[in-house]
Amino acid sequence: MTWSEMQPLLSQACWDTLYMVGWSTLIAVVAGLPLGILLVLTDRGGLLQNVVANKVLGQVVNIARSMPFIILMVALMGFTRWITGTTIGREAAIVPLAVGAIPFFARLVETSVREVDGGLVEAVQAMGGNTWTVVRKVLVPESLPSLISSTTTTVVTLIGYSAMAGTVGAGGLGDIAIRYGYQRFETQLMWITVAILAVVISVIQFAGDLAARSLHRRGGRSGQAPTLRLLKARQPAADVSNAA
Amino acid sequence: MITTSGLTKVYRSRGREVTALDGVDLHVREGEVYGVIGQSGAGKSSLIRCVNLLERPTSGTVTVAGQDLTALAGRGPRAGKELRRARSRIGMVFQHFNLLSSRTVQDNIELPLEILGKSGKERSRRALELLDLVGLADKAGAYPAQLSGGQKQRVGIARALAGDPKVLLSDEATSALDPETTRSILQLLRDLNRELGLTVLLITHEMDVVKSICDSAALMEMGRIVESGTVGELLATPGSELAAALFPVDGDASGPDRTVVDVTFHGEAATQPVISQLARTYNIDISILGAALDTVGGLQVGRMRIELPGHYEDNVVPIGFLREQGLQVDVVSPETALVKEGAK
Ligand SMILES: Nc1ncnc2c1ncn2[C@@H]1O[C@H](COP(=O)(O)OP(=O)(O)O)[C@@H](O)[C@H]1O
Ligand SMILES: [Mg+2]
Repeated sequence: MTWSEMQPLLSQACWDTLYMVGWSTLIAVVAGLPLGILLVLTDRGGLLQNVVANKVLGQVVNIARSMPFIILMVALMGFTRWITGTTIGREAAIVPLAVGAIPFFARLVETSVREVDGGLVEAVQAMGGNTWTVVRKVLVPESLPSLISSTTTTVVTLIGYSAMAGTVGAGGLGDIAIRYGYQRFETQLMWITVAILAVVISVIQFAGDLAARSLHRRGGRSGQAPTLRLLKARQPAADVSNAA
Repeated sequence: MITTSGLTKVYRSRGREVTALDGVDLHVREGEVYGVIGQSGAGKSSLIRCVNLLERPTSGTVTVAGQDLTALAGRGPRAGKELRRARSRIGMVFQHFNLLSSRTVQDNIELPLEILGKSGKERSRRALELLDLVGLADKAGAYPAQLSGGQKQRVGIARALAGDPKVLLSDEATSALDPETTRSILQLLRDLNRELGLTVLLITHEMDVVKSICDSAALMEMGRIVESGTVGELLATPGSELAAALFPVDGDASGPDRTVVDVTFHGEAATQPVISQLARTYNIDISILGAALDTVGGLQVGRMRIELPGHYEDNVVPIGFLREQGLQVDVVSPETALVKEGAK
């Protein structure tokens, strides 16, 4: 295969990968962010404490998280067809990618949000803020550097998943690697694909780290000892008067 | 201004119950600085957090500025609109400042005003005014991470004042600061109390805090208030632990048959030459073991530990004389303990 033959294949594949990963990341963030925050808020001692809801959400997230992506993809075919009208192509691949990434991102969000100092939440409550104020003014802005890192991790993971989606005709770099590299022994093309993936992933990781770090430096953890008083650890006790 | 009655708080975790507050009746008058002091675990934080209902009392009531907050609390754990509005009129400062690291100093101070729905122009005007008030006019654009502890607490105080509260709650506001900074923050609180007529309820485990700025104080032990009153009242209470801690004098008896008494002077009595009168009237030798003159809660107070010859029984009359002069006399020699026990 000559470069002029490879070039259109590769640029189309790159575009397909970015398209799938871009949309599924967007969906994962839009759905995973509130889900992750809810996991924190509904937990014991949280602002919206609801043990049943928390258990159910947690279980759903765990099951979805532990599902191998390739199985998820097959299992969701009916759902995918219902949404996009087809099960092949890059649009169809976005559905399982997003569904797989939502719980993944939600868990990362949960971890980030839990690290926000409970004292800040308390301060806003003392000012007369409600739960929504706490989410908007404290939980999200204070965990932003960490949320950006989580998004980076999600994008990188989705690039990996999208290669698997390539096996069911979604296109993209994974598809090239399988069809040409594996099935037609186009070793050269395969290595170029690998190199492109490595570069793309490095650039994304670098940009994400840079963004997170610049925010971090601005606000920064102060000179104070790392007082990561967790939201959970702050108020471990159920209130007797409320429980009654 | 702040009244709690029969306030109890029981924490229940994993089947274990901790009674943090056990029937606390607190009364803070308008315009005073009221200090609650006690050891770690005494329940001080629980108390102050119950005042703005960050913590729901298990029973009892909390009234702030004539409003029964416990009645506003509602059933569920979430704070309703009424309670939130009441909270916005109560400022609170924290030991660890609790400033948002993602916001500049000015934006931190604007936060309560955002919650109150004030316009951008009004918020920044008020924030700059408050920064000026706490002496940080040049730090508006800085991030909390760039400030010293004392500066952070000044921002915390400015933020607490943003909503024009009549009441300020302070949970160990100076406990994370060095002595020098502590003094300047206490001075600031005192000035705010005077200039704005702000009622301040502060909790602390440091006696110096109470001594330097409080008009009234309460001693808390195991969820109960064991002593309380204005500093003057406390100093006038024989055997008051708080008074002794606020104003300690040292000195041991020089021999076995001596009576040691602590004499506390305040107000007019401080200017009378009572000790020399005592010596002349009863013709006794008095040795002074220790003495101090200090300002406690804005009151000029003197305390002297003197030694009289002979046992307590021999000195009933001179001690009576001192009491007649309007002085407060606490007998500290070991024999009194025996006398008291014998009397039981
Ligand atoms: N959220 C909580 N859950 C369970 N126990 C608590 C909680 N907060 C405080 N306590 C307990 O209540 C008691 C009083 O605590 P606190 O009010 O913080 O005292 P202080 O501020 O005087 O140190 C302590 O025994 C503490 O362990
Ligand atoms: Mg405390």
